[in-house]
Amino acid sequence: MRELAASTISDHVAEMCEEANIYLGEDVFGLLKEALETEESPTGKEVLKQLIENVEIARDEQIPICQDTGFAVFFVEWGQEVHLTGGSLEEAINAGVKRGYDEGYLRKSIVTDPLYDRKNTGDNTPAVIYTDLVPGDKVKISFAPKGGGSENMSAVKMLKPSDGEAGFIDFVVNHVKAAGPNPCPPIVVGVGIGGTFDKVAVQAKKALFRHVGKSHPDSRFAKLEKTIKDKINDLGVGPQGFGGRTFALAVHIEDYPSHIASMAAAVNINCHACRHLERII
Amino acid sequence: MEPKKIQAPLTDEDVMNLKSGDNVLINGVIYTARDAAHKKLVELMDKGESLPIDLKGQFIFYVGPTPAKPGQAIGSAGPTTSGRMDAYTPQMLEQGMKACIGKGLRSQVVKDALKKHKGIYLAAVGGAGALLSKKIKKCEVVAYPELGAEAIHRLEVEDFPATVVNDAYGNDLYTEGAKEYAR
Repeated sequence: MRELAASTISDHVAEMCEEANIYLGEDVFGLLKEALETEESPTGKEVLKQLIENVEIARDEQIPICQDTGFAVFFVEWGQEVHLTGGSLEEAINAGVKRGYDEGYLRKSIVTDPLYDRKNTGDNTPAVIYTDLVPGDKVKISFAPKGGGSENMSAVKMLKPSDGEAGFIDFVVNHVKAAGPNPCPPIVVGVGIGGTFDKVAVQAKKALFRHVGKSHPDSRFAKLEKTIKDKINDLGVGPQGFGGRTFALAVHIEDYPSHIASMAAAVNINCHACRHLERII
Repeated sequence: MEPKKIQAPLTDEDVMNLKSGDNVLINGVIYTARDAAHKKLVELMDKGESLPIDLKGQFIFYVGPTPAKPGQAIGSAGPTTSGRMDAYTPQMLEQGMKACIGKGLRSQVVKDALKKHKGIYLAAVGGAGALLSKKIKKCEVVAYPELGAEAIHRLEVEDFPATVVNDAYGNDLYTEGAKEYAR
């Protein structure tokens, strides 16, 4: 049994919170630069130029890419041969978030309860944490600071199996169309299909953690991702919704087996600042 | 097209010279307010009490910045989603506000109020918080410090870039821009 101290988890988490909010991954940055080459709208090009310059300023001056430094969302794959010492996983992650958001001058955006007090917790905790127990003696932590504006433009729908591929495409494209400029396009579209009401939403979230632009391993879903992306870009919404050919940088689908009566679908949108990091400990 | 330089605060004439799709560079003093500050301002208006800032001719920027690092005027400061302010915007315009800066769609009620009161809605590039922070030279809290990032701040801006989305003539860049590039 390998032993791992809770404080080690906290140290990694604190670093990840700062790093993810300041440095945009090469995956998204590369796609923004490609979009600048292909965008047809002059205003759209101007937006993309500002976004690229923004990423460079954030990196050079060590300041957050966006003022919305997000809800701290974690997917943890915990090797079942690892024994955590000195505290619980939840406490360890939250301690890391608290330190990372404080030391990194990141905005604290979490309120205590959603309906009544809405009082800021002051340290951006609690995080949202999903944990899977997996074989092995390693721990993989994936982190994304999830902005509120794009999160608000998300949806779950329990489609009928008879809706088929066309019904699924319509649901995703119409939903993204209605969101329009609100989620800060160019966007990354996380899509879940299959599973239960709750599972499909988590799958859509997980889709946003994928290396942006990487296709689904199943060629049928890879083709569907491209079809949906093209339809979204054909809406003409463009960067920031000012009109143009780059509304979505990527569409990622995560599927899951389905009940015979169901075809659950979910859309979780991310802005162009699709910040995500992973570490294997 | 070269961006137009504009000076805050705005007159009616300034507003009428701006059209949907214009790129502008804003100079002068602007104020921040988002959800919580709007709620407080409108509560005061409803009670007929005086406001902590005079809205006449002013720009309101919907933003909740990150904390400033030592030596910085302000942290990252990009626009937040404007639709959440729709319920308050007509009253803000009645009190003299001339322009608001945010990102995303506005309601028909807001678009009508912009026409009626001669106001404009501009979008700054959402998510360009680091870049926009460089255009803000000075920042001080002028009301509701207890709201933290949501307090009303007075900002001095230089060549702050934004795009006119809804003008005082009823035009909407979000509708017209997408039409031009849809296939």
